[in-house]
Amino acid sequence: MSDQNTSPRTEWPLWEIFIRGQHGMSHRHVGSLHAPDAEMAIKNARDVYTRRNEGVSIWVVEAEKITASSPSDKGPMYEPSQSKVYRHPTFFDIPDDVGAM
Amino acid sequence: MYAQMVKSENTDNGPELDAFQVRIDAGEKIEPKDWMPAGYRKTLIRQISQHAHSEIVGQLPEGNWITRAPTLERKAILLAKVQDEAGHGLYLYCAAETLGVSRDELTEMLLDGRMKYSSIFNYPTLTWADIGAIGWLVDGAAIMNQVPLQRTSYGPYARAMVRICKEESFHQRQGYDIMMKMAQGSDAQKRMAQDALNRYWYPSLMMFGPSDKESVHSAQSMKWRIKINSNDELRQKFVDQTVPQAEYLGLTVPDDNLRLNPETGHYEFSEPDWSEFFEVLNGNGPCNKERLEARNKAWDDGQWVRDGMMAHARKKAARAAASQVAAE
Ligand SMILES: [Fe+2]
Ligand SMILES: [Fe+2]
Repeated sequence: MSDQNTSPRTEWPLWEIFIRGQHGMSHRHVGSLHAPDAEMAIKNARDVYTRRNEGVSIWVVEAEKITASSPSDKGPMYEPSQSKVYRHPTFFDIPDDVGAM
Repeated sequence: MYAQMVKSENTDNGPELDAFQVRIDAGEKIEPKDWMPAGYRKTLIRQISQHAHSEIVGQLPEGNWITRAPTLERKAILLAKVQDEAGHGLYLYCAAETLGVSRDELTEMLLDGRMKYSSIFNYPTLTWADIGAIGWLVDGAAIMNQVPLQRTSYGPYARAMVRICKEESFHQRQGYDIMMKMAQGSDAQKRMAQDALNRYWYPSLMMFGPSDKESVHSAQSMKWRIKINSNDELRQKFVDQTVPQAEYLGLTVPDDNLRLNPETGHYEFSEPDWSEFFEVLNGNGPCNKERLEARNKAWDDGQWVRDGMMAHARKKAARAAASQVAAE
């Protein structure tokens, strides 16, 4: 036990796991796990996240390679889409006589 | 529960704290990079890790019967159930890690006794009927606690709970299925089933933890929505649900004071022996030593595998990088 504390840490890196649930759907983040490399991450993901037919395809990405937006940007980052209501089709009144549009 | 008597940290205050509470009260989920009070973070790390450790240590009492299951089918089922529990531990460790602790740190704190796991897993599995009783009662009690936690305020924790709850009902049903078989079997099998219920009834009630009516920790945790129901509420719900299931099996709940109160519609029942609970929690249960030794042995024996695989991965990566340079 004592030599463990002095040896350098060898914790396996963390991987984020994305799974395509069914054909035709996009991959969705399902969780994360530790693995020494990408190949093992896929094998582990199969055991941890697809024990009940949850997927037909797996992506793994090393967690530290992901760049994320910061939560404090929330307001300024997304505000412009709030003020441009004309981007939504419901902004325009089209007479019923015109038919489906 | 799987996380028993989790102390909540009292916390900093200020405008950020007020805004944080507003978000919780509005039912918003808190995500890893959001601002959160230090106490919220600390309490969650403690609670989620204790829950994760319980899933992992909880494999041991059941693992005891994998090689001795009565049929090949029962063996396959139990193996799948125990594998699920390993998965539950992993989902939860990952949720805890989003709060800024490392997996190895958490593991070490379990192994040297700084962190706890549920008291229930310190009881032995003496007969096959115990495997039935664990699925029925222990997973049943866990479900009571985990279902509301799907709505907890911390996003990664809530999502882990959703996955776990999807898998738990298989666990409880396989346990009850074992109990039905035993209860309808020979006299010896019936006695075994009754004996398992006798030994697991009170430890199952203890899983919810002592009454927390006056607990400040519970009040703070409920305010943060990392605890949804009181311990007594969940225990009552468990008893109300379980007693008719025992009757269906033709088994007797080992409690002379058990009776249905026709006015409230709830069962009245005896409290478990709380001094026993504290003894077990403090390391003096029947199997505490054995459980921790088994986990320590698995961790130590696995060291060369973890190191070897990491060394292999590094070597492969270095080789790939070198051949790319050569190609350029
Ligand atoms: Fe579980
Ligand atoms: Fe379970």
